[in-house]
Amino acid sequence: MSETVAVATPETNQSQDSVESCLNVNDLSLYYGDSQALADINLGIATKKVTAFIGPSGCGKSTLLRCFNRMNDLIDDVRITGSIEFEGSDIYESRVDVAELRRSIGMVFQRPNPFPKSIYENVAYGLRIQGERSTAVIDERVEWALKSAALWEEVKDRLKDSALGLSGGQQQRLVIARAIAIKPSVLLLDEPASALDPISTLKIEELIHQLKDDYTIAIVTHNMQQAARVSDYTAFLYLGEMVEYGQTDDIFRNPREKRTEDYITGRYG
Amino acid sequence: MAKHISEQYDLELAQIRERLMEMGGIVESQVNNSCTALVTHDLDMAEEVRDVEANLNQFEVELDDLCVSIIAKRQPTARDLRTVVSVMKVITDLERIGDEADRIARMALDLANSEIPGDQYADFRSLHTNAVKMLKRALDAFARLDIEMALRVIEDDELIDNGYDRILRQCSEQMQSNPTEVERLLRLMWSARAVERIGDHAKNIGEYVIYLVKGRDVRHTPLSDADILE
Repeated sequence: MSETVAVATPETNQSQDSVESCLNVNDLSLYYGDSQALADINLGIATKKVTAFIGPSGCGKSTLLRCFNRMNDLIDDVRITGSIEFEGSDIYESRVDVAELRRSIGMVFQRPNPFPKSIYENVAYGLRIQGERSTAVIDERVEWALKSAALWEEVKDRLKDSALGLSGGQQQRLVIARAIAIKPSVLLLDEPASALDPISTLKIEELIHQLKDDYTIAIVTHNMQQAARVSDYTAFLYLGEMVEYGQTDDIFRNPREKRTEDYITGRYG
Repeated sequence: MAKHISEQYDLELAQIRERLMEMGGIVESQVNNSCTALVTHDLDMAEEVRDVEANLNQFEVELDDLCVSIIAKRQPTARDLRTVVSVMKVITDLERIGDEADRIARMALDLANSEIPGDQYADFRSLHTNAVKMLKRALDAFARLDIEMALRVIEDDELIDNGYDRILRQCSEQMQSNPTEVERLLRLMWSARAVERIGDHAKNIGEYVIYLVKGRDVRHTPLSDADILE
């Protein structure tokens, strides 16, 4: 279930552009021990749109992304207050099945991390874990996921080869195919192209553009031009605070906040 | 405004602004000289305006190239992007003002041998003075990023339009009463039309100042000063 909410702005917290939102972050703060990494974040992640998080290193953008599928649970001494609503309930409620949550909210990391298995088995892995036994179903899904990740044509004749033999760009698209094979509704991309060459980067960006027809995508990137190219909405974080959040066109052409302007124009020291 | 992390980027943006102001200065003096040449029958001055016009075209090409280079290398955003876009637009308007000055200089050459009493040019002189003031103010507004001044420029366009209409009416009446003067009066009308267009281009520059500073495109929209200044 999704609901229509306004994209919150830190300054006014008023509606800037009414959009349907599938993840709603409310007063979210995160502490590593005594150190606060995120402070009172409020925003809605728009359904079937691309939302980019930008900001200098250590601003909390990856930490925030990892909150969306509770990856921070794996880190000791993390304390979270506030809530993130997904499909009508707070993902931090104790009754939430985290494995189930991560099936709905998939994640792709900076460095491609294929399993040391065949290309086919990498994509089939999630389905097998879910208990799918039908070879026909798995075959069909593997082909669909590889096609969706724009990799099928390059690997269809060598599905049994090791995934580790693929190039970096191909491995990253394979990992995206693996993530979408189990049909999540949200994809979290943590600097998905930062370890790739320019051509592979453009292929990933093109893929993001195609995937947003079916998925809600949140992406963390250090590459501001990439954020400008691929995203519909952009949030600028600084020292754990969300400084500005709005439509990407507005953020890159006429930001409201001086700190945003200084950062995106390269005036940030 | 804080400096960029890349000092070179600051220098590149400063360079296009400085070169634009340089071009603006030349254009301003072209307008002045062409109109003076027309009303004083100064053939040398008119010829000089025509010579300088070629330099202006070269200015436009070089400055455009500098802007394209910044876009390619820096991929500017926010105010930097608006600066480069505005400079590119102002270049076009300045080049067209230069063309209008050249047109007036040609008329000055054509009219040089006419026997005309000087007072016939009084209204043209006033139109020209207002247009030069407007252009100067538009360039100052751009240099200082002064929105209030830019708004005055936009408002002043009406003054130019009214002055042009007056000249048009007078010429039309004189043509009816003295048909032998038609050719000379037509040239005066075309010159006045060129000055009126200079006013339009200066108005455009005022609008780009508002776009640069406020990020708002006010072209073809009714203006509310309070709204823009807030």
